[in-house]
Amino acid sequence: MALDQSFVGRSYPPTAPYEVGREKIREFAEAVGDPNPAYTDLEAAKALGHCDVIAPPTFVFAITFKAAGEVIADPQLGLDYSRVVHGDQKFAYSRPVRAGDRLTVTSTIETIKSLAGNDIIDVRGEVRDEAGEHVVTAWTKLVARAAEGA
Amino acid sequence: MTAKIGYDEVEIGTELPARSFPLTRATLVRYAGASGDFNPIHWNEKFAKEVGLPDVIAHGMFTMAEAIQVVTDWVGDPGAVVEYGVRFTKPVVVPNDDQGALIEVSAKVAAKLEDNRVRVDLTAMSAGQKVLGMSRAVVRLA
Repeated sequence: MALDQSFVGRSYPPTAPYEVGREKIREFAEAVGDPNPAYTDLEAAKALGHCDVIAPPTFVFAITFKAAGEVIADPQLGLDYSRVVHGDQKFAYSRPVRAGDRLTVTSTIETIKSLAGNDIIDVRGEVRDEAGEHVVTAWTKLVARAAEGA
Repeated sequence: MTAKIGYDEVEIGTELPARSFPLTRATLVRYAGASGDFNPIHWNEKFAKEVGLPDVIAHGMFTMAEAIQVVTDWVGDPGAVVEYGVRFTKPVVVPNDDQGALIEVSAKVAAKLEDNRVRVDLTAMSAGQKVLGMSRAVVRLA
């Protein structure tokens, strides 16, 4: 099913703040098997010039994807979420995410394309801290594979 | 930010120490919990096969998190990463056995940019297939 092109350029209001916890960062770092002390040891993080432990580069995806999920679940858009796979992912950082951050995400639908029956949608998530300063932008490309026989 | 590698120490073509990351179904269950991504294609074989996959596959974001460790281990400070992007080209298939799967990651400096930044191009392979494409990180060096 072709997606509604009028959604291109649409932005959604910022999400409620997500508070980044030290133990959540530790849990994530352990789950990806990354022993870098900047993620778990406050003194090590400070020695690198950070004011608290920082999160691994891909940690923020959990927050931006949840925000994107609210966008793509919009029934008017017409995306068949059960057929969606992750195509591309990119991040651009102003600074690393760190414990104590209260982050909000503003999502924008950048492009909608149809290619060989697949629906392709690019969502940009701008992540800002409590002071409104930019932390990271995440670009997520989702592909809804063509239904068989469609 | 305090990268332990100096900009003047690297050239285009400088190779970063390569690494291999083993993973099993248990790794994926743990990642699902930590990341909040409970899509059953990452833990339920029956479901994965029903939607046309060969078996349970790893989260693309798990592979992305493994690959960047080659860069963050090299620079020391993960906060030195200013950009990171990948394309998910093939899934990492994780069979339900003692072996699981292996993600092999290599990387080299592909460009020297201004402001002490370099672009690192990564290659991630599993079972002989390239699982990440266009995999690039921009890192600020000392």
